[in-house]
Amino acid sequence: MAASSERSPPPFPDAEDQESEPALRDEDSDEGADIFLGTVSRKPFSPPAAPHSAVFGDPLSNISKQESTSNPAKQSSKLPSDVPCDIFDPLHGTGMEPKDDGKNPAELRSEERPKDEPLSVASSKPKKDLFEDSPEDLFSELPKTKAKTKPQMDLFGDSSPDLFMDAKAAADTGPGRNAPADLFSEESVATTTSKSAKSNISANGVHSDEEEQDIFAEATVELSLDSPHNNRKTLDTTKPSEPASSLSAAAGSSKAQAKTLEELEEEESEDKFELNISITNPEKVGDGMNAYMAYKVSTQTTLPMFRSKTFTVRRRFSDFLGLYEKLSEKHSQNGYIVPPPPEKSLLGMTKVKVGKDDPSSGEFVERRRASLERYLQRVVCHPSLLQDPDVREFLEREELPRAVNTQALSGAGFLKMINKATDAVSKMTIKMNESDVWFEEKLQEVESEDQQLRKLHAVVDSLVSHRKELSVNTAVFAKSVAMLGSSEDNTALSRALSQLAELEDKIEQLHQEQAGNDFFVFTELLADYIRLLGAVRGSFDQRMKSWQRWQDAQTTLQKKREAEAKLLWANKPDKLQQAKDEIAEWEGKVTQYEREFERVSATVRKEVIRFEKEKARDFKKQIIKYLESLLQSQQQLIKYWEAFLPEAKAIA
Amino acid sequence: MNRSGKTADTMEGSGLTISASSIKVNEATLDEDTLVFSITSQKLSNGMGVCVCRTYEDFEWLQQSLFAPDEPDLHGVIFPPLPAKLIMSPQSQINNKTLKQLGFLALGDCCRTYCEALELYLQQVALHPILSKNKALETLLTNTESPGKQRAKKGIFNRLSQVMEEKRKESHKDVDDFFQNERDNNSNMTALTKVTTERFLDVVLAEQRLSVASKHLSSSIQLWVNQEDSANAAFSKICLKTSKVFETIKRNFEKTAENNISTLGLGLDLQSRYQEAEKEMLFRRTCKLVELEAANKNTERAKANKKGIMEEVRNVLEKQFDGMSSMARQEVGRFHQSRVALLRTALVSWCEQQLNTATEIAALYSEHLEACQKLPEE
Repeated sequence: MAASSERSPPPFPDAEDQESEPALRDEDSDEGADIFLGTVSRKPFSPPAAPHSAVFGDPLSNISKQESTSNPAKQSSKLPSDVPCDIFDPLHGTGMEPKDDGKNPAELRSEERPKDEPLSVASSKPKKDLFEDSPEDLFSELPKTKAKTKPQMDLFGDSSPDLFMDAKAAADTGPGRNAPADLFSEESVATTTSKSAKSNISANGVHSDEEEQDIFAEATVELSLDSPHNNRKTLDTTKPSEPASSLSAAAGSSKAQAKTLEELEEEESEDKFELNISITNPEKVGDGMNAYMAYKVSTQTTLPMFRSKTFTVRRRFSDFLGLYEKLSEKHSQNGYIVPPPPEKSLLGMTKVKVGKDDPSSGEFVERRRASLERYLQRVVCHPSLLQDPDVREFLEREELPRAVNTQALSGAGFLKMINKATDAVSKMTIKMNESDVWFEEKLQEVESEDQQLRKLHAVVDSLVSHRKELSVNTAVFAKSVAMLGSSEDNTALSRALSQLAELEDKIEQLHQEQAGNDFFVFTELLADYIRLLGAVRGSFDQRMKSWQRWQDAQTTLQKKREAEAKLLWANKPDKLQQAKDEIAEWEGKVTQYEREFERVSATVRKEVIRFEKEKARDFKKQIIKYLESLLQSQQQLIKYWEAFLPEAKAIA
Repeated sequence: MNRSGKTADTMEGSGLTISASSIKVNEATLDEDTLVFSITSQKLSNGMGVCVCRTYEDFEWLQQSLFAPDEPDLHGVIFPPLPAKLIMSPQSQINNKTLKQLGFLALGDCCRTYCEALELYLQQVALHPILSKNKALETLLTNTESPGKQRAKKGIFNRLSQVMEEKRKESHKDVDDFFQNERDNNSNMTALTKVTTERFLDVVLAEQRLSVASKHLSSSIQLWVNQEDSANAAFSKICLKTSKVFETIKRNFEKTAENNISTLGLGLDLQSRYQEAEKEMLFRRTCKLVELEAANKNTERAKANKKGIMEEVRNVLEKQFDGMSSMARQEVGRFHQSRVALLRTALVSWCEQQLNTATEIAALYSEHLEACQKLPEE
């Protein structure tokens, strides 16, 4: 259920429809906001219709009813999506309430749906700033808080206490403070009917508090839903639902500002990372076609953001895909290059499921393990992604909710996705009148590099297959020599030949190892970078989209101005005010989109530079590794030959 | 017939005046369609160098001259095997058919391996106690005129006619345990050596393909780097280095394959052909044996009036067979000695060369490694 709401497309159309109204919001404040909220909340959440209609009728009591009756898992999964609706409803129904009674609902709302609160909380709240920044940042844009408040690693510890204290002070309810966490986890929420709103505040507050451990354990689903949920809200914020509100525009600018600060900080701290991740012990869990591989993900770190220095969790492949989905949903649109995970391989996995001791399935598992390890290392190497709560959760938390809907990322689907993205890019390139030469050149570079890498990949592939061929031929030759040796009458020669057979067996082993090295170092490295280049193109694509949005807004603004001129000419003063409002709204949008475009451009540029640095570092690391393996096997070979020489000489 | 008779006569004369170990087949040049081999050797007496140019036909002439059909004892000699004819295609490339026929001898630059095989052949002939006395060898090595123009008949080297008989007589039970053993042993070893040689050839071919693939990779990387602008200088340097590394890998395979061809490959090939030659000799003896046994039977069954003639025929055959057998016995002993010695030489020089290559490549790798570690990252 939660998943379905998560998957439903962002309410662009809805927002678009309302775009004519929001202008009112600034002046008319609450009423306009309520209308807006009402529509928004109804539309996106309409799929789970049944519970909602009930909730709409009698929100608060319904919450309590639901909470008291439903079982823990169900309840917690419902909460995030239901509560927002419930909460808006009172406002909707009671109309003016926020002003006098307003503290709780307003706070509540701001906690639950961070991005909406600029609209509703607007003028009535003294803690406006806090709500505007912290909750939002807290849930989805963590790094920002860091920059905004204090440059500290542990932003949870940093920002949430303030928030919590505020919430507490505002609500001024003793039980609300201590009960909530327990309430929430122990299912005794039913008793606090009137305070359910507060309990929600606290629940969310606690989520970022020291007690998060408990919450993590009990309300697993709730948390995981929370992040995509909020994160999509952020998406909305940066997109149409934010519209003409000057407040949110201000928020946007403060965000941008925060970002630059954060970037600076990032660069400084880049070298201080102390984080090693290894993936070991691939293990088959279950039987038959439901079987899957579980991997041990071990982390060693000195980073203070983690609770301990070493910890280990077990994860399955779809968890890795799930992590990518979450990260990509949150960060791609901002122009970040989110490292892609290895593709799903139906064939390989089926072999693992069916075959017992097939060497090729063993190879597959090892290949997958190594590739997941590299994927995860790339994620944590990214200073911004490392700060993401989902990454932390992935590394630290014992149990993850089962990632669903990862089919989209499987093999062909994944490729299709990338191709689609690149198609979109190329189409847009034609339209886009590139103002920045750097981007134009880089994109071309990336595209030609992609082609070159694919070519190289094919060449390395043939190299690997030749190496395997050599290894097979050597083994066969060794067998022949052994037979020849055993039929040989001359004792010394016979002995030398059987030694030679052994030598060839050892050389065959070396060839095999080297084939493995060729494969693991180069084939996989190139495959990784072909995927990564897909992600790089994706970030260019995001920039293009952002540009498109800006251009579209400009066009619309132009139309609105023309419409105003027509109205002036036609002398229709009644509609003139509305037209003026619209123009103001669209002017705001244009400024905002332009700023966004600049922000995304800056991020993409920074990301591409970072990517290239990483690439150089990565290739260097790999070539050194490869040379070391070459050298080692060569030295082994020398030993073998040295051992054989006296045998050959001993032939009389 | 006449000419071969003459050579048979001169055979008993003074031995070869050329030092066997000095015989070298230096190079093969393509004169229109024919390969011309330049052969140098030194006189035993004064160490004076002699240089002649010979075609494959001249070698064939020698091989046929060595064998004198009217000298029955010669049937017991294991003739050093002459490699099959190397036919160069216009592009001087080796096609699959030639490769299948010649194996290792078709490999190597500029027929190098083939020249070495011819050289080994000449040396083996020169080292042979009986064959070295044949004037034809001296003629081939020293006479400025090409002797091969007078075409000789195929003689016993015409294997086509043998094929039918072979099947019938090969399994003929021998009267002598020594030869029976030798025959069994030989057919076993011939098959095994042949297979081993073929498999070693597969190894070498795979190495050559790897060498080509490495070269391809190396130049692909280089091409790529050349296309990239210098925006990411660090990365370009790393790629260039990688390209160099693969060049070394290419060199490794190239050298290893070369070593394999010129030592063990050649050795195994010679081994294989020598065993074929022994087989042929043993077969000739078996044929004689069959002939003798038939004559024995005929003599027994013959009527009194013909018995005298039959006995005479049988006695001649018996004498021939005995002479051939004693020669064969010597030859088999000699063959095993030289076979082991040849293989030993091949193995030792193979091992030494591979060791050298491995050491050289290891040094190159560690140079690369050092250089890579010094590469800048940013």
